[in-house]
Amino acid sequence: MTTLEMIDSKIHPALGEWELPEFVAEADLPSREGDRVIQFREALREAMSHEMRHDERIFLIGEEVAQYNGAYKVSQGMLDEFGEKRIIDSPISENGFAGMCIGAAMYGLRPIVEFMSWSFSFVAADAILNNAPKMLYMSGGQWGCPIVFRGNDGAGGQLASTHSWCVEGLYANVPGLKMAIPSNPYDAKGLLATAIRDPDPVFFLESERMLGDKAHVPEEQYYIPFGRARLAREGDACTLVSFGRPVNFCLEAAEKLAGEGIECDVLDMRTIRPLDIDAIIESVKKTNRVVVVDQSWPFGGVSSEVITQICERCFDWLDHQPVRVNTEDVPTPYAKGLEAAYLPNPDKIAAAVKRVIAATA
Amino acid sequence: MTQAPTSNTPMTKAHSKANLAAELPKATQLKWLRDMQLIREFENRTMQAYQQAKIGGFCHIYSGQEACAVGTIASVNHDDPIVTAYRDHGHALARGMSARACMAEMFGKITGCAKGKGGSMHMFDRPNWLYGGHGIVGAQTPLGAGLAFAAKYEFEVMKKGVHPHHEPKKKVALCYLGDGAIDQGAFHEALNLASILDIPVIYIIENNGYSMGTAIHRHTANHENLISRGESYGIDSIQIDGLDIRNVYNQFKPFVDRCRENSRPGFVDLKTYRYQGHSMSDPQKYRTKEEVEEYKNKDSIARLLGNLMDEGAITEDGWKQMQNEIRDEVLDAVEFAENSPAPDPAGELFTDVYALPQKNLSPTAEYHHGAKNPLL
Ligand SMILES: Cc1ncc(C[n+]2csc(CCOP(=O)(O)OP(=O)(O)O)c2C)c(N)n1
Ligand SMILES: [Mg+2]
Repeated sequence: MTTLEMIDSKIHPALGEWELPEFVAEADLPSREGDRVIQFREALREAMSHEMRHDERIFLIGEEVAQYNGAYKVSQGMLDEFGEKRIIDSPISENGFAGMCIGAAMYGLRPIVEFMSWSFSFVAADAILNNAPKMLYMSGGQWGCPIVFRGNDGAGGQLASTHSWCVEGLYANVPGLKMAIPSNPYDAKGLLATAIRDPDPVFFLESERMLGDKAHVPEEQYYIPFGRARLAREGDACTLVSFGRPVNFCLEAAEKLAGEGIECDVLDMRTIRPLDIDAIIESVKKTNRVVVVDQSWPFGGVSSEVITQICERCFDWLDHQPVRVNTEDVPTPYAKGLEAAYLPNPDKIAAAVKRVIAATA
Repeated sequence: MTQAPTSNTPMTKAHSKANLAAELPKATQLKWLRDMQLIREFENRTMQAYQQAKIGGFCHIYSGQEACAVGTIASVNHDDPIVTAYRDHGHALARGMSARACMAEMFGKITGCAKGKGGSMHMFDRPNWLYGGHGIVGAQTPLGAGLAFAAKYEFEVMKKGVHPHHEPKKKVALCYLGDGAIDQGAFHEALNLASILDIPVIYIIENNGYSMGTAIHRHTANHENLISRGESYGIDSIQIDGLDIRNVYNQFKPFVDRCRENSRPGFVDLKTYRYQGHSMSDPQKYRTKEEVEEYKNKDSIARLLGNLMDEGAITEDGWKQMQNEIRDEVLDAVEFAENSPAPDPAGELFTDVYALPQKNLSPTAEYHHGAKNPLL
């Protein structure tokens, strides 16, 4: 009477027929070098458009995504290609349209929900935190929620307290969701493509500060697997671990430190959930020192989590306690100088590395 | 690019008064009677089991409101999606969930409709197109818009079913909410979206006059004219006496047909009453015994039974037999729930969290797939 059948498929049957992309080793991804230089925002658009061309279940909704061509021009031209039934301008109604898309995802569509900024996602918090990541569990495995929420995350444009949120510190706490946070155009395309093809709710964090960043991005669609960090720079003096935009600050700091003979590993984590702790451990076993750089606040956030896991997993390999560099623990200020002092930057990061090294020399 | 704003104008307000129920076969109405009585009996046993501490958590009893779920669900197709709040046992049973799966869920058993992971407030039934059972007041209202949006999208944009073996068609979604939920912002956002995007979702307010212990005149403005809320969003809106199931059908059926045909949302103020407290832990200081008695005198089951007896569709003996069958069915459900195994924490705590479990999703948990839901 009660011997239930066990699930033997890779993807939960609540998702119906589901095709995962083929994931390849880092070295087998298309080259990061080349002269097809485009902006971060275009890379995001290419990822979405490619998937939309191949799967009619996907649609994009958000404020100003259609006729205005995107508040930040990420969706420029998409209305022309896909029409108003698939590129949908929403009213300023985050709770409403996020919740609506969760219902649509349960039914079997694959919505991409653009938040103009993740700072505006709090009015939709119930929908995105209480519904999307819990639906599969709460329904005992009857309905999943394949949905991507994406938008700008993070401070840096003098937008002051309400518009400068880094939501990763809060949202990564919730089981049932996945979270990706690219630091460059190449990864933006490959991670967003994967996010759209992932059967779980994905929180995709972009940065308004980086949307204009340019780099070579291959034309073909490629898929960067979640949970695989990229070693963006190699060294043996200290491990720098970071997420999203501050990865670039770490690279700057590492460049500066190299001038002083200090070579660092810089790990671009690319996803927060899953977290490639294995890559961190591997690096820490080599450098025996670690600085975690996180653009959200320090208390109970991403850096705290990473450092806890490091302590749990490779405590004995550390020559110095793990150190973190976060945004300062205050609401985001407006004034240019205050905001600069608030954010992590290459100088703060380099100083932290030097402190660790000096103490263990 | 700019569209003519035709879609926002309310549809004609000439609501039908035809006696459609009278044209239905008596067997259909006997089925309504049976469904309503099943809910009543089921809820009696639910309360008993709750008092015996076999059921835990928050548990909201549907008794008194049976004509709402049964009458509205009878007016739509089986594959029209529906979604409701936490007072959901009635909708689940009316939609065809077995009493066993429903009771076992409340007993927290693996044989329950959500494998014991949802409980009383989270009745989900995929084969019967029931999308929950939702606990946050008003949160289901944007979901309801999404279900109807998706059904329309699959019909109009994809022109094929999102799932294999399911032909797209013109569907409506039914989204139930309490009178308390009309005060939530989410609901107003959902109404606005449904109207501007022409989404065929019907919001059915099961207006039992109370939001927990707060009477409607104390919790919502302009409470005597709730349909003005829907109308203000350009949505066709109607008030229906929800204590008389024939009346529910007579008014709701043409209403919902029109919404389907025109691909427009609807707003229904469905007047009803709950006999029990808000949840199982409610001393009901906010209303009088007389008030409850007054409504029990207008009981929807008794009314339909009386009508059917007058019309010779059922005899006293027939009714006794129906009651006995239902009693046995519910007792069987209780026994089934009682005897079913609880989900094994080692096997089931970490399942159904991710559709694609991966390494390193959690510092402490290893997610995996477990038992297939018994309803699938
Ligand atoms: C957002 C939110 N606030 C409060 C609650 C607690 N709560 C549960 S039901 C309820 C009353 C709702 O009444 P109504 O919508 O009329 O539905 P009914 O119980 O009458 O069916 C309250 C306050 C909740 N579940 N969610
Ligand atoms: Mg109520």
